[in-house]
Parts: sequence; structure tokens; C-alpha cells
Amino acid sequence: MLKIENLHATVADKPILNGVSLTVPAGEVHAIMGPNGSGKSTLAYVLAGRPGYEVSEGGATFEGRDLLAMEPHERAAAGLFLGFQYPVEIPGISYLQFLRESLNSQRRARGQDELSAADFIKVAREQAKLLEMDSEMLKRPVNVGFSGGEKKRAEMVQMGILAPRFAVLDETDSGLDIDALRIVGEGINRIMRAPDKGVLLITHYERLLEHVRPDRVHVLQAGRITRSGDIELARDLEREGYTEAAV
Amino acid sequence: MTAPFPTRKQEEWRYADLDALQPVWERFSEPMTVIVGAGEELEEVWLPVAEDVQVRRVSLALGEGAKARLFMLNTAPVYGRIELEVTLAQGADFELFGANIGTALSTNEIVTKVKHVGIGGRSRQTVRSVLNGKAVGSYLGKVEVARGAQQTDAEQSVKAMLLDRGATANCKPELEIFADDVKCAHGATVGELDAMQLFYAESRGLDPASARALLLEGFVMGLWDGAKDGDAIREAAREALRSVV
Repeated sequence: MLKIENLHATVADKPILNGVSLTVPAGEVHAIMGPNGSGKSTLAYVLAGRPGYEVSEGGATFEGRDLLAMEPHERAAAGLFLGFQYPVEIPGISYLQFLRESLNSQRRARGQDELSAADFIKVAREQAKLLEMDSEMLKRPVNVGFSGGEKKRAEMVQMGILAPRFAVLDETDSGLDIDALRIVGEGINRIMRAPDKGVLLITHYERLLEHVRPDRVHVLQAGRITRSGDIELARDLEREGYTEAAV
Repeated sequence: MTAPFPTRKQEEWRYADLDALQPVWERFSEPMTVIVGAGEELEEVWLPVAEDVQVRRVSLALGEGAKARLFMLNTAPVYGRIELEVTLAQGADFELFGANIGTALSTNEIVTKVKHVGIGGRSRQTVRSVLNGKAVGSYLGKVEVARGAQQTDAEQSVKAMLLDRGATANCKPELEIFADDVKCAHGATVGELDAMQLFYAESRGLDPASARALLLEGFVMGLWDGAKDGDAIREAAREALRSVV
């Protein structure tokens, strides 16, 4: 479903990714772990198309299409979702308006009918409820005044509403307490665990993986995948740290 | 008696469209006086009217502990001027949330003089401008803190967004302080949309033009978040933005 081949990328002329190769087949959840500065967030941003993140070599395809040739909004319409490590605040625009316009923009791009305001609110309320978020929060400006944990949970509500085919989740677990971690983990399973969907889950900690149970775990170090395995690898890392476990 | 017609040499008229003002000067030469008595509260929304030249000149006096909160949208097709002189007695509280939205050859300006004369007054002024074409949008804001008006807390935040090269924003916060225990902050930026906000919106599926339009809307609409009855100004601002974006 997502195929990354020998991907090299630079940020401000500094090489960050040095040949990442990775395939996530449909129906699977893959986790990427790695120390700070190993390139995890850069990989997420490159996949979503953040300006300034330049690919210097290699490539990535999403369901056979050249992902890197698409604009960020085209990637979203194709079904790619990035869960941000630091969700962005947008004063003056309510979550409801933001997500309704986003969803309808995606639907237009796919040749689908737009969702009416009433239908949209129904979907939004339902998703907020499933993630145990007060749906009144959706009336507030995007992420303004939200705590770190609330922002992360709101990212998952967005994912539930936009219903992507593939999600890249960048440290969605950071800043969450134990209960929120469970709710977010269940949310990822509910929304994304399907035969025609896939997830690339970037995390520092093994704890979320106990909820989500990835099919594969990869270790990213110095811009390259140095090890791959199953969830046992994540447990080893948790116990021994990256230096030991990578050897 | 009509007050003498202003000239550009007067700082507060420096960016005015005096040609547009001339024919209507008689009607506006004297500011309207509004008094908010001690301990009373006033909240007003000033909407644009259907005229090419729109002038509003108000002198607002806030008594002890009085509160005033003004929401204003300045978007005249030719010349719009909102001029406000505010006097704050002890413990008075003044908040202004204003937008200049201008297109074509229009000039829209918000000109204020906020005078803290009593102890412990608080003033907040937030002005956002969105301009395209050859439009001019200005904020000239003077804060005066009188001798003895200790513990004054004054803030001015001015931001402008220029959508075309020919558009002009003038942002001029000014402080005149004669007390030594005061907090006066001001910030002014003229810029472009936040790159991270743009990417965030696009990553959710908005094409670049829609993302830009949405963020511009937020740039202005954030002003009315605190209005008790903000529906009309929200609608008017949305309408004005549609003609600019």
C-alpha cells in the first residue's frame, strides 16, 4: 500500500533521511521507533509533503501512485492522513468549520457529493464521542486553548471524521496520560484496523504498541532503518535502549 | 460652527483620504460623545453601512470601574475612518477589536487616542487588516498615561495581511507615558500567512487557495470570538473578505 524506496531527504540542505526503504502492505500497522533526531518526524513530513522537506534521492508510492509528485492536499484526498506531533492552532476557525471544509474538499477531489452541515455534525459528534471528547469542543477554534493531550485526542477525532486509507501518526502518544493513551490506542484500532487500510505509527515508547499491536516494528537510526522485527523488538528496545538493542 | 477641515500635517489625519472627506465633513466635524458611568458596562458592535464614505468619530468617557468593549468592522468602498478618543478613570477597562478590510483603491483607518487618567486602568486594542489591490489600511493608536495614572495596563496588537503588492498597511502604535509604574505593550506585524498553519490545513485536504481563504478568515474572525452578539459582524466580515480574497 505504502512503498518507500531508498528515500533520501534534506531539511535546510542538511541530510536527514539517508536511504529509508519500507513497505507497509494493506491491512497492516507498522511502528517506527528510534532515538531523538533519527529522522522519524522528517519521514512523516516528507510523506505528507511539508514544504522545505526536500527529497534528494529515492521515492515513495501510495497504492502505486507517485506520492511525492502530489501536493499535500492531493495526498489527503488520495487517503493519506498525518497525525501531527504538534497540532497547529488556528484562531477564529471552529473545528467544525475546519473539518467540514477539509472533508468536503477531499470529497470534491474524489468526485463524491459534499456532506451537508447536518450530516457532517452527526459524523463529527459520533467520532468525538467515540474518543471520549466533549463534542462542544468542536465548536471552539482549532486547537486554541486545548491542552497537549486534548490536541492529540482531537487529531484522532479528525482521523475518525476524515476516514483516511492510510495514517502516518507522528508521536500521537506523547503528552497523553494512561487513560488517554488507551482511548487513543483503541481509536487507532477502530478507525484504521481494516483489510484495506494501513498505519505507520511513529513513537518513542512501547506502551502505545501494547494497545495497537503493530504487525512490524522498525528502528530508524541516523536516517536509515537499522532493524526490523515484531513487537518483541519494541519490548527489547524498551528494556535495553537503542544502543544495546540495535547491536 | 463647523470645526476647521483637517490637514495631512496633523498626525492623526496623515493617511486620511481628505478628498473623500471634504464633501461630508460638515456631518462629522464634531465627535459624538458617549459616557459610561462609574461601574457601568457597555458593549457595542459597529457595523459598516452602505455608503462610499463612512466616518465615525466618537469620544468615549469611562467612569471609575466602568467597562467598554467595542467590536468594529471598517470596510468602506472609498474611505472609512473610525476615530475614537477614550478617557479612562480609575480602574476603568477598555477593549477594542477592530478590522480594516479593504479592496481596490479604498482607504480604511482606525485612529485612537486612549487616555489613562486614573489609577489602575486597563486597555486592550486589537486590530487586524486584510488588504488587496491598492487599498490602504491604517491603525494609528496613541496611548497616553497621565501623571499619577499608576498601574496602568495597556496593550496594542496590530497585524496586517497584504494580499497584493500594491496594498499598504500603516501600523503606528504610540506611547506617551508620564507615570513610572505602568505596563504598556505593543506589537505590530505586517506579514504573510503562517506556513505551518497553511501546511496543516492542506494536509487535511484543503487546496492552497481554500486553505489561504480559511486562514485569512480566521485571522479576522478571531477578533469576534469574545462578542456576546457577534453574528452580524461575523457575517459582515465574511462578506467583506469574500470581495478581498
